[in-house]
Amino acid sequence: MKEAVITVKNLVKKFGSFVANDNLTFEVYKGEIFGFLGANGAGKTTAIRILSGLLKPTSGEVTVAGFDASHRPEMIKKHIGYMCQRFSLYEDLTVKENIMLYGGIYGLDTVTIRQKTNDLLERLRFSGYADRVIAGLPLGLRQKLAFAVAVIHEPEIVFLDEPTGGVDPVTRRQFWEMIYETAARGITVFVTTHYMDEAEYCDRVSVMSEGRIVALDTPENLKKQYNAESIEEVFIRIARPEKAMID
Amino acid sequence: MRTILFLIRKEFLQISRNKFISKAIFAVPLIQLLVLVPAVTFEVKHIDLCVMDFDMSAESRDLIGRFEGSPFFGVKYTTWSEDEAESLLYSGKCNAVINIPSGFGRDLARGNPAKLFAGIDAINAMKGQLAWAYLNGVISNFNESIISSGMQQAKASVIPRTEVRNRYWYNEMLNYKYYMLPGILVILVTAIGFMLAGLNLVREKEIGTIEQINVTPVRKSQFIIAKMVPFLIIGLADLALGLTLGKILFNIPFEGSLLLLFLGAAIFLVAVLGLALFISAFSSTQQQYMFVAFFFMIVFILMSGIFTPFESMPLWAQKFDLINPVAHLIKFNRMVMLKGSGIGDVSKELLLLSAIAILFTTFAVRRYRKTA
Amino acid sequence: MKRFLGFVKKEFLHIFRDYRTLIILFGIPAAQILIFGFVVSTDIKDAGLAILDLSKDETTRKISGKIYSSGFFRNTGTLNGYNDIGQVFRQGRTKAVLIFESGFGDKLIKEGRATVSIVADGSEPNVATLVSNYASAIISDFNREMNLSLLSSSPVVQPEVRMYFNPSLKSHFMFVPGVITLIMILICALMTSVTITREKEFGTMEVLLVSPLRPIQIILGKVTPYFLLSFINIITILVLSWLVFGLPVKGSLVLLLLETMLYIMMSLTLGILISTVSKTMQQAIFISAIGLLLPTILLSGFIFPIENMPKIYDYVSSIMPPRYFIVIIKNIMIKGTGFQFVWKETLVIALMTILFTVISVKKFSLRLQQ
Repeated sequence: MKEAVITVKNLVKKFGSFVANDNLTFEVYKGEIFGFLGANGAGKTTAIRILSGLLKPTSGEVTVAGFDASHRPEMIKKHIGYMCQRFSLYEDLTVKENIMLYGGIYGLDTVTIRQKTNDLLERLRFSGYADRVIAGLPLGLRQKLAFAVAVIHEPEIVFLDEPTGGVDPVTRRQFWEMIYETAARGITVFVTTHYMDEAEYCDRVSVMSEGRIVALDTPENLKKQYNAESIEEVFIRIARPEKAMID
Repeated sequence: MRTILFLIRKEFLQISRNKFISKAIFAVPLIQLLVLVPAVTFEVKHIDLCVMDFDMSAESRDLIGRFEGSPFFGVKYTTWSEDEAESLLYSGKCNAVINIPSGFGRDLARGNPAKLFAGIDAINAMKGQLAWAYLNGVISNFNESIISSGMQQAKASVIPRTEVRNRYWYNEMLNYKYYMLPGILVILVTAIGFMLAGLNLVREKEIGTIEQINVTPVRKSQFIIAKMVPFLIIGLADLALGLTLGKILFNIPFEGSLLLLFLGAAIFLVAVLGLALFISAFSSTQQQYMFVAFFFMIVFILMSGIFTPFESMPLWAQKFDLINPVAHLIKFNRMVMLKGSGIGDVSKELLLLSAIAILFTTFAVRRYRKTA
Repeated sequence: MKRFLGFVKKEFLHIFRDYRTLIILFGIPAAQILIFGFVVSTDIKDAGLAILDLSKDETTRKISGKIYSSGFFRNTGTLNGYNDIGQVFRQGRTKAVLIFESGFGDKLIKEGRATVSIVADGSEPNVATLVSNYASAIISDFNREMNLSLLSSSPVVQPEVRMYFNPSLKSHFMFVPGVITLIMILICALMTSVTITREKEFGTMEVLLVSPLRPIQIILGKVTPYFLLSFINIITILVLSWLVFGLPVKGSLVLLLLETMLYIMMSLTLGILISTVSKTMQQAIFISAIGLLLPTILLSGFIFPIENMPKIYDYVSSIMPPRYFIVIIKNIMIKGTGFQFVWKETLVIALMTILFTVISVKKFSLRLQQ
């Protein structure tokens, strides 16, 4: 039996009369890379915000890292990392200063922070940029840095909301290497994306459409089930059935 | 505690990187003091008179001479046309018109009351009032001298007379700069706290950096305190700068305890910063924030008694001022700086300021939501 | 034209959707008018006065009674010695202390001279001047009464003073024109400079510039809603001051509104000018606040009389448009004078408008070329 780090049962989130998440139920297991797919407006960001304690669910049970999301969101925040869709590190601080800030916020001691900083800079080949203000850095570098900062405190789970949006293919590939390394360290990775090729890299994939989860399995099983060549095809068949019929 | 230090360090780094803000922090107090202190004066020194002397007697000339001799008046126009006098008043070329009707000297010589007409431009009520007071001063001097000469003629042996001696404490020469500087220092500190701190938080919302903070386990109170401390320090540094400049440029007296002054200012800053952060929790853009903040600033400053005496406000306004931190600090500053009031004398102001500070800061922490 | 109207409509929606800004846009003027009308007053009533009576005789009691029954003063205590004076002043409730020398009554009768000192708290010069003037006047009244009883006739000058334009000495006569001037600077210059800079900062200006709208249309589209808003605001202020304070427009309303429109145009061009020189909203806010709001409050003669400031301020304020507008509005509204009294000021504002427009157009096209 695999150990579940995220358990979601009958999660509903409404904004007024608009239902963003309609009765979601799923589990995410420790150490896996869990892909969260869906078209824009399917409800991915809402779900990821609930899981990371930024939003409260309207109803349903959500447990993340052993804590209830409705009542103890602040405890969840201690055990997770989060990288949001919009770049949100401080652009007027340098690479080093950003790492130090978040290291400090997560309560790492000074020695560890220094160690981590050197380690990161070397691993990301960032040494030349250490004292540069972020505003002048290329997008790919920024995204990698944002990810590194999100896992600086070795959280149990890291949430990545469309981390590779607008990034060139080479950097995307490097980014996914980072995701693999992270998962190999035992950190669960929860990633949303709308690049279908990226879904192939995940251990398991769920597909959302209009606030509901319409499919959830490993990429292989999904392809078999829908008799498709790629996840992209799967996605077209289930998320946009009307479009598939015209094709 | 360590978390707060990391956050505070970040704020200072950001402020130092922002070329405009880091310059404004020191330029604003300088400009404000240089421009405001000498400019804001209610002193009414030169009241331009237009005189119509229809009597042309020794008495009327004596009275006009007294106006000319007064430091407050200058006889700028003489005319016998009432229309001309009125038009001078309408065009603003003179501030007051004096009309001495014929028969003025005769009435006085006969021992009868004599009439005198005066018209004062009172659009600015304060100026009008002062002009009136000075006018009365000149006339009552004149009256006393006629009465005493009358008494001598009546051969009264003793002329009982109460002599009035005027003295002004703390500000012998009634120098307006002494009065305005403590108040302007308050405005300065208010502006720094209100504009910088509030805009800072809203800006984080607008550009999205706050989301990354919200998903960390930082406590709400930690975040709010970290937003307050840098501006508290900057505000106090600006106050120190302002005091130094005031001493060097305007030789402002300083009677009280410097420590007490900074204590008051620090509590005040917490109150203002609390309110600023509370408002910024409601606003989603800097523009919105700015307008709400301007509104509060204008109301607070106008009702603070900086330009007009606190005692002349209606009772409800005085009651409102219980929650107006600006009113308390202006009173506090003037008392401590000019009169040397001690902590016992200003304990009421300090207590009220502390209460406001606790109230607003609690509001700010409560209202700040760590959710998207 | 149709495209342009569509754009104006969009800008309007933009402003109206944000109800907070809208409330403030109308709330600030209303609050200011009410505060100035009801709160900011320079009358002294019930000023705290304490007495140090070293004589305690019938005459001093008479004078004290006369002082306290005058309605200007409130009794804040009887002092026992000179040391008490500093203490009551430091506590702040007492504005002046009256000191009767010892043996006051005896001296007055035997020597014909007795001294009373008025010590006022000079840390508030206005209050100090008025309080000691009031007290002096009451005492000299006492002198006159005392002397008149010895004389059969009363040869005194009785001044009959008429307060022109503002007989009841209300402070809002000065403040209403001031608030109108201030509001227009606030709404027109500040708002326009901030909205235009916002589009620059967030990069949306580029989008607008590549659209088929011409730059002049974009600027006009941004500016038109504020023109209308401030015009509505002025009318609100005029109606409020008329209803609440009974302050009507004495002169020609049409002339007043025309002058107001000219001034709004000037403020808008100034706002555009600021937006062409500032890169971020924060900068625009600071330039408008420090460069426009403060000078408008301080150097336009709205609260503080310019003629008493050091000469240099007089020169500085002569390049400030509000100074001229205040003269215009005061003349038309309160004194009820006609155009022949304000044509010079009108000309100055018109010239300033043209100047600001020319500079902005130059700066704007320069930026487009880069």
